[in-house]
Amino acid sequence: MSQEKAELVEILRKMIMIREFDLLAIELRKARRIYGALHPYVGEEAVAVGVCAALRPTDRITSTHRGHGHCIAKGADIKRMMAELFGRADGYCKGKGGSMHIADFAIGMLGANGIVAGGMPIACGAALAAQLEDRGGVAACFFGDGATGEGEFHETLNIASLWKLPLLFVCENNRYGAGNAIESVRPVTDISLHAPAYGIPGVSVDGNDVLAVRDATEQAVERARRGDGPTLLHCKTFRSLFHAMRDVPPPETRAPELLAEWKGRDRDPVARFEDLLTGRGHVTAADVSAIRDTVKRELEAAVEFAEKSPYPDPNDLLVDMFAE
Amino acid sequence: MREITVTQALEEAMIEEMERDERVIALATTRAPALENKFGDRRVRFTPISEAAFTGIGLGAAGSGFRPVVHWGMVTFSFVAMDQIVNQASKIRYMFGGQADFPVTYRCTTGGGAQIAAQHSQSPYSMFMHLAGLKIILPSTPADAKGLLKSAIRDNNPVVFFECSRLAGVTGPVPDGDHTVPIGVADVKRAGRDVTVVGLAYYVREALAVADSLAKEGISIEVIDPRTLVPMDTEAIRASVRRTGRLVVVDEAPATCSAASEIIALVTEDAETFRALKSPVQRVCAAPVPVPFSPPLEQAALPDRARIEAAIRRVL
Repeated sequence: MSQEKAELVEILRKMIMIREFDLLAIELRKARRIYGALHPYVGEEAVAVGVCAALRPTDRITSTHRGHGHCIAKGADIKRMMAELFGRADGYCKGKGGSMHIADFAIGMLGANGIVAGGMPIACGAALAAQLEDRGGVAACFFGDGATGEGEFHETLNIASLWKLPLLFVCENNRYGAGNAIESVRPVTDISLHAPAYGIPGVSVDGNDVLAVRDATEQAVERARRGDGPTLLHCKTFRSLFHAMRDVPPPETRAPELLAEWKGRDRDPVARFEDLLTGRGHVTAADVSAIRDTVKRELEAAVEFAEKSPYPDPNDLLVDMFAE
Repeated sequence: MREITVTQALEEAMIEEMERDERVIALATTRAPALENKFGDRRVRFTPISEAAFTGIGLGAAGSGFRPVVHWGMVTFSFVAMDQIVNQASKIRYMFGGQADFPVTYRCTTGGGAQIAAQHSQSPYSMFMHLAGLKIILPSTPADAKGLLKSAIRDNNPVVFFECSRLAGVTGPVPDGDHTVPIGVADVKRAGRDVTVVGLAYYVREALAVADSLAKEGISIEVIDPRTLVPMDTEAIRASVRRTGRLVVVDEAPATCSAASEIIALVTEDAETFRALKSPVQRVCAAPVPVPFSPPLEQAALPDRARIEAAIRRVL
């Protein structure tokens, strides 16, 4: 297999893994085998995978409340992710964080975050660290369209541009901030238009086209590594499912016309990329089925790993509060 | 021993720690020429007035291997950054299962007495103590300020370092060399037999002045400075109270849910210390009002020597 083909197949595998991970998580939550709140990334897989495909393992990212996709795209271990959803001791956070707070500092994943825009200054700090280290590192912060209403978004854009920090602002515009349509909370819906106000490039990209996202990210990364500063990537995508669920998925409140508009294989980032790769002859339909089967087996193994992992010992409640 | 001001002591601490460890960086909205000249504008960052951003930048850089010292200016401005302090900095280590350290120090000035009115005269230590996950430092002398700032910078956790405005120009002896003070250790500023007075920041000095004056009457006051509020050196205070049987706590924050209240709870929930008490404990705190501007009003709002003395006489 050529390197390019191998990379493309890996992109497809990661997108399928994210899709299947979250679909499984929804079933596990409905069955009350896992706990808390769940924010599925279904429909937005191309953004996380496209961006992370252009990053080095040592580059750092921050994520959002909808963070499973960013974890998997950055290379997190699905067993430890699953164990975290199950609230077990072998989870990434030893059961202290759950779905909204998965992090893996060893792979540069500086954490999912329950606060909209909350990870952006932290990513900016990682970018400052990369600039001071001077080894060509970059940082990327993922955030939704809803985050553009937060002060942290504007403050971080300004400072990152002022200091020419190697930071990628990755807006996942999925059209909805929780239950609110973007048109109802913003007079201007093109997020990339914030970029010129801060003196940086703003690039709008089809967020459901994983290669378009990767290519745009590569340009932004190149600029950042050169020392020319940040880029605002506006990835236009769509949240296929609900904002959040607890015991049951909430009822759909978005307009049927809008949902119909985003239906179909050509609007689904995973199916679309499958079709692209089969069309190019990189993979066959059977290859794709095999990838999906492998992913599902790995996820079954992850669930088994999670369920075999013990619950955290209540005696360890105070462990991890302060470093020595 | 040479005498320098608290401000000079803090600057010395910054310079020494930046010389000692090149991973120490400084961020603040006001320029620091002494630091900038010595260490350059890569490590000494003059920031836009964006408290939320640079509070989080400090945290992110700490999680990426640096030791940022972030100066909020007045504590007032930290409130603009509450997401980064409350939701991020105080929780980030525990929430992620202790997988990374966050050695960031947040400095800020606090306190009233300078006629700068309600917003800029606050002493909200207890708000930060309450969060669980931040170490909290509040020194009262130049030597403690220097030694504790150095320890804060070397500590692998988020630390909030409060600098009492009224103490900025106060001078005192500071040892030469690498003078550090351990976090979490109280200091007996004056030994005494009859009453334990726990003072915070400026009110350590005021308690010492009252102790001097009462000594002429044969009343022996022990003055304790906790120096760090998280972790609190509870045992040092309890041990003193077990000896004296009397406790007065003095601070310029309003009493409700204050550090003073916490100190009293920690002392009195210990059975042995409780049994040693000879009279009810007293808090001498600010009135529950936003600190007013006009001098007579401000003086009425904040504790003073007369009120400290009155509280001591009540417990005797």
